[in-house]
Amino acid sequence: MLSFFNPLRIRGGVHPEAHKTATANLPIVTDFPLPKKLYIPLQQHVGKPAEPLIRVGDKVLKGQLLAYSQGMISAPVHAPSSGTILDVNDYPAPHPSALPIRMIVLETDGQDTWMLAPTVNDPFQLTPEDISLRVGAAGIVGLGGATFPTAVKLNMGREAHIDLLIINGSECEPYLSCDDRQMQERAEHIIDGVRIMLHSMTTTNAVVAIEDNKPLAFLAMQKAAQSFAAITVMQIPTRYPMGWDRQLIKYLTGKEVPVGSRSSEIGVTIHNVSTALAVHKAIRYGQPLVSRVVTVSGGAILRPLNIEVPLGTLIAELFTFCEVKTDAVARIIMGGPMMGDALPHVNLPTVKATSGVLALTQSELKNTEEHPCIRCASCISVCPAGLRPLDMANNIRMNQLDAAVDIGLKDCISCGCCSYICPSNIPLVQYFKYAAGEVAARQQAQHKSEQTKRLIDARAARFKRIADQQAAEEQVRLAAKAARSHQLTTDSDTSTILGSRLAQQSEVDAH
Amino acid sequence: MYVLAAIVSLTLLGLLLGFLLGLAGKYLKVESSPLLDAIEALLPGSQCGQCGFIGCKPAAEALANGNAPATICPPGGSALAEQLALLLGLDLDLSDVKEPELLVARVSEATCTGCTRCFKVCPTDAIVGAPKQIHAVVADACIGCKKCIDVCPTECLQMHAIEVTLRNWRWTKPVTAKAEVNTMGEALC
Ligand code: SF4
Ligand code: SF4
Repeated sequence: MLSFFNPLRIRGGVHPEAHKTATANLPIVTDFPLPKKLYIPLQQHVGKPAEPLIRVGDKVLKGQLLAYSQGMISAPVHAPSSGTILDVNDYPAPHPSALPIRMIVLETDGQDTWMLAPTVNDPFQLTPEDISLRVGAAGIVGLGGATFPTAVKLNMGREAHIDLLIINGSECEPYLSCDDRQMQERAEHIIDGVRIMLHSMTTTNAVVAIEDNKPLAFLAMQKAAQSFAAITVMQIPTRYPMGWDRQLIKYLTGKEVPVGSRSSEIGVTIHNVSTALAVHKAIRYGQPLVSRVVTVSGGAILRPLNIEVPLGTLIAELFTFCEVKTDAVARIIMGGPMMGDALPHVNLPTVKATSGVLALTQSELKNTEEHPCIRCASCISVCPAGLRPLDMANNIRMNQLDAAVDIGLKDCISCGCCSYICPSNIPLVQYFKYAAGEVAARQQAQHKSEQTKRLIDARAARFKRIADQQAAEEQVRLAAKAARSHQLTTDSDTSTILGSRLAQQSEVDAH
Repeated sequence: MYVLAAIVSLTLLGLLLGFLLGLAGKYLKVESSPLLDAIEALLPGSQCGQCGFIGCKPAAEALANGNAPATICPPGGSALAEQLALLLGLDLDLSDVKEPELLVARVSEATCTGCTRCFKVCPTDAIVGAPKQIHAVVADACIGCKKCIDVCPTECLQMHAIEVTLRNWRWTKPVTAKAEVNTMGEALC
């Protein structure tokens, strides 16, 4: 089923300079000084935000549940250290806009005392469903950056009877080396996590895919996986965006995931190596997801490192620890330089999605002086999704979004290859991100205008009903009045008058 | 006896007039073209008058006759202009259509007297309230037509820009000329 030897399987892609050596050869720092305050967002995952169940002033232990998961697709949030809850309020989010989102502020007590979830001796005695439940309760989400709740994905894999679990160790973004280091240092734990995931999805086949620029990680993982026939560790070519799930699936299995469907529909599920490690910790030791390894790197960082960081640590503290040359910083990026988010400042917390924080100097940034398109078609040849970036950008520039959607805007994965390669420095991927947001906004506007029409119609119908009713009452009143005046003038018999009055009354009542 | 006569005569009168109205409706009907209907269905239908016509129907007629550009409707923005251009087969460069700035009305509780005037004019029933009670605007239903602003005797209704949150935040369009770019994918040399 696996046919590995066809390089033509890779569509598009670029070879950006890796910049990984600064951090990839140093061990992960595990004694990062515990911050005084941690800022823990209630939404660090795809889906509904978690709902806090603690109050300001509460004392909590490390690993204690702070906010529970709401609804089908959501994830709980746990205390990254022991201490006191200071506040539950809006603080700037680690997002390009730095708009406020709800966070729990925890003042640490320096003890770092654990409160662990119950564990079992042999996780393979647990039912697959039980493993998913425990993974969900540990707040584990996809740590490659997608932050989709892992338990949901395990359940989907089990229900779809997948026949291959791919563990993504490609780490194709430049600068980042957190997965590389973890595979080198914690290979056995990762492989154990993979075995638990296989058990939870009731499947027997896993492939760990590692880019061939990480030979040490490959060797370590191969050694750890030796005694497990179910797990194959293999090298894949180094090329960005090799870690894109569809690219990886196509390369490893030769199958293309149909547009608009999930990979589990063709029998494959992808998880990240860090996620497998988190599963291992949760099931073996009862530790929920409260920390992660973050690459701190970039030209403006004097001491680039991989650090095991409690979630909620401010980026500013990471930069102080790694000694940043403040005046050399031209841009701060969370994630990798190709797909990460540029942040406006550093007083923002690290979250489950933070694989790296980079402080780049001006010389590391791409020249932004834009020239007209020379129609070299480089962008077309590097696009892994097989799109025509130049045409889409042209349409978007003229605000013809529907035309851009027609030629595939929705299939763009914002990988940035086209922007990277464009000799005219056209900000192609920025056009696509803008357009994607705009298309969503238009759909909402469309929805609202339909709703408006409904409201206007309902109002018109109501007015008509009221008018009709009034007209009917008026008619009855007129009829009654006419009748009464006739009787008053012609009829002197009081009993008749009384009788007719009664009749009128009942007539009115009837109406 | 007279009662009966009155009722019978009025009923007959009603029936006759109704019959005549029915006939008139059938024979004097103003034909509206399918194109006109299609255009009208696209327009917001809030009769706001910002296009310079007294309502959406006259605007639709002007569009159908080719007397108005596809960009006529300010609240519709470029999304509507694009749909209209498609429907009417017009060529269209939208690079300088201004997107409508979305505003919603909000009641300031301090000065609302509960006079119910705003409540009566709102075309989408977006205002809730009762006599002598503080009124409130349901922001999701408000279309920003400003009709309530005009009738409020205490000026306690005001238009506010829709608050930007992480939910509705969007990337801005790259400015051409010298790109002031501040985003991902761009960062690498
Ligand atoms: S890479 Fe740039 S210059 Fe070349 S065709 Fe694409 S947009 Fe035009
Ligand atoms: S950003 Fe979109 S259009 Fe550009 S190369 Fe990537 S997928 Fe293709």
